[in-house]
Amino acid sequence: MTTDLDSLYQEIILDHYKNPHHKGLREPFEAEVHHVNPTCGDEVTLRVHLGDGPGGTTVEDVSYDALGCSISQASASVLTDLVIGKPVDDAMRIHDEFLTLMQGKGQVEPDEEVLEDGVAFAGVARFPARIKCALLSWMAWKDATTTAQLEEAQ
Amino acid sequence: MEGLLPDLEVVRKDFPILSRPMADGHPLVYLDSANTSQKPQVVIDTMVDHLERHNANIARAMHQLGAEATAAYEDARDKVAAFLGAPDRDEVIFLKNATEALNLAANTLAWPGERQVGPGDEVVITEMEHHSNIVPWQLLTERTGATLRWFGITEDGRLDLSDIDELVTERTKVVSLVWISNMLGTVNPIGAIARRAHEVGALVVVDASQAAPQLPIDLAAMPEEERPDLLAFTGHKVVGPTGIGVLWGRRAVLDQLPPFLGGGEMIETVTMERSTYAPIPHKFEAGTPPIVEAVGLGAAVDYLSVLGMTNVHRHEQVVTAYALEGLQSVPGLRVLGPLDAAQRGGAISFEIPGVHPHDLATVLDTRGIAVRAGHHCAKPAHARFGVQSSTRMSSYLYTTPAEIDALVDGLEYTRSYFKLS
Repeated sequence: MTTDLDSLYQEIILDHYKNPHHKGLREPFEAEVHHVNPTCGDEVTLRVHLGDGPGGTTVEDVSYDALGCSISQASASVLTDLVIGKPVDDAMRIHDEFLTLMQGKGQVEPDEEVLEDGVAFAGVARFPARIKCALLSWMAWKDATTTAQLEEAQ
Repeated sequence: MEGLLPDLEVVRKDFPILSRPMADGHPLVYLDSANTSQKPQVVIDTMVDHLERHNANIARAMHQLGAEATAAYEDARDKVAAFLGAPDRDEVIFLKNATEALNLAANTLAWPGERQVGPGDEVVITEMEHHSNIVPWQLLTERTGATLRWFGITEDGRLDLSDIDELVTERTKVVSLVWISNMLGTVNPIGAIARRAHEVGALVVVDASQAAPQLPIDLAAMPEEERPDLLAFTGHKVVGPTGIGVLWGRRAVLDQLPPFLGGGEMIETVTMERSTYAPIPHKFEAGTPPIVEAVGLGAAVDYLSVLGMTNVHRHEQVVTAYALEGLQSVPGLRVLGPLDAAQRGGAISFEIPGVHPHDLATVLDTRGIAVRAGHHCAKPAHARFGVQSSTRMSSYLYTTPAEIDALVDGLEYTRSYFKLS
């Protein structure tokens, strides 16, 4: 029992939950989205600021305000660590890798090179009821980023 | 402990699921009965027997099986009518759940007829409703130009009735409210509210989803001015199956409402130009109904009647009082809703600052304890208490004091796991 629970609540997750990185809503931003998990009521408001970088369009900032459980809060914190400063294309690949991990039913071996602290969420994939918690802010980020890119293209 | 169901251990053996082991060999501690109740063997067996030996469509098959299936379905209606103390067995309409029953009411009130709701009319609900008794009335008032109003909640989790005479007026066409709140556990004084509503000529709709499992109900014995006009509950919370719900309605009101769904079995005759409709209950039972589910519900309410709803209610109150005491011994824990077990049902929502309900539920789950975490389909009631979500334990007739002890131990463990001082 304890092992199972500890695989879900890794120290890294609890640390991010207690001291979330990049939290709070900041300016400037090109897109803001509000996502909810209708089954539990968890909510996130997330802003994305894109800019030009050496590797193409770059994620300059991700700021957010969120209400929810330890998994959803820690996941938002880890997301910002992973994508801020990265070219959008690279950040999208990280998103896809995280999504694959979450949907892998605990069978996917996470790549620490890519996911860094995100590997701590490997245990979440074995708790079907909690996968949506871990994905909430990632879905919001993808939505906001796509919207920001569309705005830019127009 | 005084007041528990006699032979509780024997009663528990009627529910096979209660003896299945959970992950890591933990016994199941099922405290999510307000969500759905567990099913006794007699309900399971009755449904299997019906499917194995009596299955046919009802009211149309001209053969022995058809006659048996029809008799079983109509027999279930008699049983539900007896369970509610319904003045007339034809007032019992079988639908798929309480949500459909409330939607039937809200939809048929939008259409032309003696009870039609229109611009300038008002519909009154309460802040402690389940979403299924909020959204249908929002749809009705949006579609008809009527106004939606509601009773607020007091700090101790009761309906604020101080402004009842300003809220329920001659403009009020419908008052729809929950008998027992699924989140706060509050038992509402539906008699007093119905009395006021009837004074102004309003229709009274009662959501009895949590009341039907817990309270002895005798509609015929209620004074007429305090009796609801329509009352909804669902089968799966009264130890019956999912897929079957009940709308009871006063015959005069059901006769006034236009049909809801059109189709087979709800007609008297059909031409290409128009149709005439069957009398109640069939008027509101279009298409092949949930037959085996109705039969299962009949067995379920029979089971409850044998135990005695007075005994079930007393058991719930004793377990709820014990739970309230145990929960309040947990440091920091705040119960949302009334603290007096005598005036509440068996659902207790609470919060522990520093631990999100999801995390709490997950930790409890690893110990075999099933509770609900989230907004319990009552977001406005949560907002009223300044919380986004809560954890809810809900007991039923098979709940033991030892299971409450296991919950309290689990909560203590959760606090230490998340290092709360």
